Amino acid sequence: MLQVSIYRYNPETDAEPYMQDVQVDTGGKDLMVLDVMELIKAQDTTVVYRRSCREGVCGSDGVNINGKNGLACITPLSEVVRNNKLVLRPLPGLPVIRDLVVDMGMFYAQYEKVQPYLQNNTPAPAIERLQSPEDRAKLDGLYECILCACCSTSCPSFWWNPDRFIGPAGLLQAYRFLADTRDTATEERLSRLDDPFSVFRCHGIQNCVNVCPKGLNPTRAIGHIRNMLLSRAT
Amino acid sequence: MVTAVTSMGRSGLYDWLMQRVTAVILLSYFLLVGWVLLGGVDYASWKALYSHTWMRVFSLLALLSLGVHAWVGLWAVFTDYLTERLMGTTGNVLRFLAQVASALIMFTYVIWGIQILWGL
Repeated sequence: MLQVSIYRYNPETDAEPYMQDVQVDTGGKDLMVLDVMELIKAQDTTVVYRRSCREGVCGSDGVNINGKNGLACITPLSEVVRNNKLVLRPLPGLPVIRDLVVDMGMFYAQYEKVQPYLQNNTPAPAIERLQSPEDRAKLDGLYECILCACCSTSCPSFWWNPDRFIGPAGLLQAYRFLADTRDTATEERLSRLDDPFSVFRCHGIQNCVNVCPKGLNPTRAIGHIRNMLLSRAT
Repeated sequence: MVTAVTSMGRSGLYDWLMQRVTAVILLSYFLLVGWVLLGGVDYASWKALYSHTWMRVFSLLALLSLGVHAWVGLWAVFTDYLTERLMGTTGNVLRFLAQVASALIMFTYVIWGIQILWGL
């Protein structure tokens, strides 16, 4: 029996959050953490969490698993469980709505700030804006982000300044459009980032790189943004 | 664009660059001082070293770098932990006081350092 400790909080009935101990029969199989959460829900239907695709594509089930953020659906127990103990908590730093469900409002507000869409005011060509394979390759490692918020909610700078620091997820997307040869708003994008908080709250501790379930590297993208700001200003 | 009136240069890039440049200056200064100390010093050779104008200039440069470096670094610490988000208006008052206090301390050290270096 797997010993699971799960964070519970229902603002309508609980004065404060508490950890609930649950025993789960995994049948000796190396289940995904999400499977365990489903088994818990079968025992106690009041447990609440987000999930959707169950295959690491939608980014709904980002949770803190034994102290490390990750997607429950693609994290096998063998990767995280030590001494038969599994601790599940909501993503840190965001307000908890209920149990493992957090309010992603602040996270999305920062994402919105980087204007994550292609901007190009030149007349559109007849068919499409073409890009060379080399230029397209610059977007690899950037476009794959699924906005699960595992990175930003593992970042202390984002914990302390979620209203002013864009955070690793937002900055990865900022660079995705800065690096896109079809986007013509580079100058305006950089101007909006050149303050002491938006980019420069990153102190390069790489928690984001450590937790990204898609294996992306926001710290490297932030370094590229810094270099673009530097070469623009010198 | 987030505005911040108390940061070093009011631009994230400027602060970042200043912190990197001053870090290199501080590192080279402390490597030099460490290297001299490891070679063994007495009062006479220490005094002789600091009688060179280049050493006094380098020392003053290191001292000013320390002030800038500390300002950028402490500003980041204060704006992390003493904030309106964490403790309401009290956070703003405490942060401002902390910043004024650290500015006064740095200013005092710089003037005091000039006095020591040039034996005024």
